[in-house]
Amino acid sequence: MNLNDFTEKFASCFTEKEAKTINQSTEFRKLEEWNSMMALIIISTIDEAFNLTLTANDLRASTTITDLFERLTKQ
Amino acid sequence: MPIFNIPNVKISGIASSVPVKVMDNNDYNFGTESEKQLFIKTVGIRYRRIAEKGTTASDLCIAAANKLMEQIGWERSEIKILIFISQTPDYQIPFTASIIQDKLSLTKDCMAFDINLGCSGYVYGLSIAASLLNSLSAGKALLLVGDCSSHCISTNDKSVTPLFSDAGSATALEKKEGETMSFNLQTDGNEFDDIIIQDGGMKSPFSSDSLLYKEIEPGINRAAINMSLDGLKIFNFALREIPGNVNNLLAHSIIDVAEIETAFFHQANLLMNESIRKKLKINADKVPYSLYEFGNTSSASIPITICNKLHNKETKPKTVLLCGFGVGLSWGSAIADLSSAKILPIIEV
Repeated sequence: MNLNDFTEKFASCFTEKEAKTINQSTEFRKLEEWNSMMALIIISTIDEAFNLTLTANDLRASTTITDLFERLTKQ
Repeated sequence: MPIFNIPNVKISGIASSVPVKVMDNNDYNFGTESEKQLFIKTVGIRYRRIAEKGTTASDLCIAAANKLMEQIGWERSEIKILIFISQTPDYQIPFTASIIQDKLSLTKDCMAFDINLGCSGYVYGLSIAASLLNSLSAGKALLLVGDCSSHCISTNDKSVTPLFSDAGSATALEKKEGETMSFNLQTDGNEFDDIIIQDGGMKSPFSSDSLLYKEIEPGINRAAINMSLDGLKIFNFALREIPGNVNNLLAHSIIDVAEIETAFFHQANLLMNESIRKKLKINADKVPYSLYEFGNTSSASIPITICNKLHNKETKPKTVLLCGFGVGLSWGSAIADLSSAKILPIIEV
């Protein structure tokens, strides 16, 4: 998994319209479709794709998608 | 790891009950329509059963127990063990099982006690009832498991209200040579406050401040006497712990995952349960859900799902996985045989 793979999987959780706006520096909590449900969908999607689990702390402590990726790959 | 077998005890019957009152999550104010639809699709819960004020988990369990004893033809004098598992007892003092013992007209020659457990309660309860029964020379056991979580929830808290539903259950256990149940039970109190009611116990006794509503975030308003739940942390916990727990039990029992005929998981959240199912590589057609119709019924969700799925089946599965997980944090899985059990349709009370 690299940052591009991760960003692509992350974006796949959103509608096509929102996904087009997502890149590595996106501040994901500012996305229009972001809510607690979307957080669960992302944890599940990343876990299934890469067998790595984003934690509640990872999501709360990260601002951008790159931040999330870096926390995840430090596991 | 506490993995163990209990020989010579079988499940003879299971009954479940729910309140008549139905709430539709389509009528709940999530804030936005898209969030509501995403919730119903992702979490998988459309309808919830809500008990009227004054109706408790014990009432639902008693209704299930009476129907079950009538259907399996048990004499009340045969019951020597009565266990009530709930987080919503009738009173702080006394324990509820004594009230139930009287209402069910059981004899005085019956041990009765409560256990405070939530979503893992059914699996734990089976292990305790079966162990005790195995120690007695004769007699039968009644395991009552249920919760009326709606009584503890702020209806202005979208992080819990659309999830929880009320239900009760009764499971009959008796001795039978040659039967074996296997269990793997675990606990992690480090995250005890992931699901909690802060006030009303002895650590933080009830006071007038316990009733003060606070806005935690938009759409999440509750007081300290209401249940709070950290959904993300519970999701992480379930993905981290449940597959390993089940795989260790299967290895201990020398059962391949493909041999499981039906797997009944605690009905927490469709997305979470499906993630666990995929990690365990159990086929989707072996994992029934009752979430859409009955929501998360806490400790009763496994028996509710069993009754919903099996009540009208002539042939019932022999190799059954049961798995509960949640508040505590507490989790456990069991391998049991339901092939000779009487499974009743869900009763409305």
